[in-house]
Amino acid sequence: MKEIKCECGHVNPVGTVLCEACGRPIEGNQHLDGNNEKRLLNMRYDGTARRSQTYNKSIIDKIWSFFSSVKVGVWLIVLALVASMVGTIFPQEVYIPANAPSRDPAVYYEDQYGIFGLIFYQLGFHNLYTSWWYLVIIALIGISLVICSLDRFVPLFKALRHQKAQKHISFLSRQRLYSETDVASNEEIETVKNNLKKQRYNIKEENGHILAEKGRFSRWGPYVNHIGLIIILVAAILRVTPFFYMEEYVWVREGQKPIVIPGTDGQYYIENKDFILETHSKDDKRFEAAIAEEGMIPSNFQTDIVIYQTSDKTVPGADAELDPILEGSVRMNDPAKFDKYTVYQSGYQLNEFTSMTFRIHETADTEEAALDTFTVDLTAPEAEYNLDSGFRVVVDKYYPDYYLDSNGIPASETNFPRNPAYVFLIYPPNSDTAEVSFVGIGRNIDATGENIYKLGIEDFEMHDVSGLTVKYDRSLPLFGIGAAIFMIGVIQGMYWQHRRIWIHPSENGILMAGHTNKNWFGIKKDIEKVIKGTNIKMVEDQQELDEK
Amino acid sequence: MSLDQIKDKKKRKKRNRLIFRTSILVVLLGAVIFALVSNLQADNTIYRAGDAAPDFKLQQISNNNELESVQLSDFKGKGVMLNFWGTWCEPCKAEMPYMESLYPEYQDKGIEILAVSLDGTELAVDRFIDEYDLTFPVPFDRTGIVRDLYKIGPIPSTFFINPEGKIEEVVNGALSLDRLEGYLQDIQPN
Repeated sequence: MKEIKCECGHVNPVGTVLCEACGRPIEGNQHLDGNNEKRLLNMRYDGTARRSQTYNKSIIDKIWSFFSSVKVGVWLIVLALVASMVGTIFPQEVYIPANAPSRDPAVYYEDQYGIFGLIFYQLGFHNLYTSWWYLVIIALIGISLVICSLDRFVPLFKALRHQKAQKHISFLSRQRLYSETDVASNEEIETVKNNLKKQRYNIKEENGHILAEKGRFSRWGPYVNHIGLIIILVAAILRVTPFFYMEEYVWVREGQKPIVIPGTDGQYYIENKDFILETHSKDDKRFEAAIAEEGMIPSNFQTDIVIYQTSDKTVPGADAELDPILEGSVRMNDPAKFDKYTVYQSGYQLNEFTSMTFRIHETADTEEAALDTFTVDLTAPEAEYNLDSGFRVVVDKYYPDYYLDSNGIPASETNFPRNPAYVFLIYPPNSDTAEVSFVGIGRNIDATGENIYKLGIEDFEMHDVSGLTVKYDRSLPLFGIGAAIFMIGVIQGMYWQHRRIWIHPSENGILMAGHTNKNWFGIKKDIEKVIKGTNIKMVEDQQELDEK
Repeated sequence: MSLDQIKDKKKRKKRNRLIFRTSILVVLLGAVIFALVSNLQADNTIYRAGDAAPDFKLQQISNNNELESVQLSDFKGKGVMLNFWGTWCEPCKAEMPYMESLYPEYQDKGIEILAVSLDGTELAVDRFIDEYDLTFPVPFDRTGIVRDLYKIGPIPSTFFINPEGKIEEVVNGALSLDRLEGYLQDIQPN
């Protein structure tokens, strides 16, 4: 490694663009920041050597310099973007519909989308967002972010910390704001200094050379911002682990015996005491228009729940003893909490059948006078009902959610008693010959047309089903901290500017140059105020010199 | 400062830089590996081929089978086909007859079929068993605990468990007769 000795005597590291001490452009390195064809100097990172750009020796240095390239970082982001887009062309594996002929991804994609589906599957895009290579790209972006930041922050920090007030004329004259004043008295310079102090500039003096600086703090904004981003990235990684995040959904029926809360390792059970759906009053003036348009407007979704804990750790499924640990209500936006879990009201279904009471009467009887009645408890229906009057009713077929399947055969669409239907065998008293009756909601079919007895629905009870989300998310505070730091960085970089003004004594007068990282209007205003009442020339904006 | 001192300083600086960069890279690499591993483990809450099948105990409700209750660990040394099904599920209706047709033969060869019902009522299951004349044990998962334990999504889902109690194969969706027989042969004890 060869170092560069500047004419001023300062020894600069390889790759320096502007001498660290006097600011003289280092010959042979001007192409690095594109200063060759320009009148003005590029002040990026104050012309310091970003080492990784200029030398690499060991393997570590090579890896380092690879990641320190912003170009590499941008390409990684482009790669991640393109991959993410491709992943949305066909549904991901988890979204293959439950009723697909085959949910096996090896079959499904080719079946549904032909050759493109096959390619999609074979390239592994069906599981893109959790695939190792996608995660590796995201991780590489993170690495690039860290190294890019470090590699720029450290030299910039050092450069600004050690900067000298005395700069070479070639440095000053190639700043955007520059003026030469042929004659300036000491008093005038003193006035300028005082004015600078009044504007809250920090003054550094060296052999009559003055450097006035303020808002250096603003330069750290992007790096603070990156720290926030990295924390958010770490939080996202941690959220994948079960310790930080879990979310499950459970349907609980009113009156159902306690069921396991998914995601709690079989440790907790839940029972739905009551689901309440309230609506705003029909006469409520506030919702008049909405009610006219859509009917009733719900005002409350609520589930009264009991949470049980299993007392002993037995084999899952073996009868466990349940201790109620929480009895309370879950309302929308008003969850219930136990242990580390939170239960949210997330959905509901109204009107499943709890029980149905049937009446037996003679087919010929127009009054339909009941000969006997029996009740089928749909949470635990029995196979046979022996009635006091001597009738025997056998449940031959039971469809909790009756429909005709694609072949026109009666079947049940779900497991739940939403539209129950039965095939009953009715044995009259002292008879071994049964009559067959098909009974459902709005259906009562006598296949033979010769039945003496008929069943009618006398009464029924209904219950509601509540959909609850069970979750915990311990990564949220981390996301919050990351986002807050991110925001602090943004504010830091946005609302402050790093302004510097150099004053260089010449034979009888002074040279003056100014630089800021943004808001050139602001620094010009500052300088105007500073030189007020003196004969020192206002700086000229030299930007247009480069625009020819 | 003598020339030697300057050289020394330079050397030290270089070494420090190497240490600094190496340690940063190691930390970042560690974070990446952690991210990848934890991502794979997140999937591991779902049991996959090669994992030990978690034990459970459920009441057996088929009238055609004399077992009162079923505990998975009791079948160590036998191959177990652990099937999750429901009476309302069309593909289950399609594969049940296959299971029944192979059951007597493979039961003699040391394989047990456990068809865990995810139904809401025993009656529906009873009627189904009568209709299809099923003889293998049907454990009844009333509380949904085993469903959660095995993280069952849409049914049918089938786990083929070898005599050592390890999951040999997981099949989501219905099986054809040929595939079913192939998997059963895979878990057949020697």
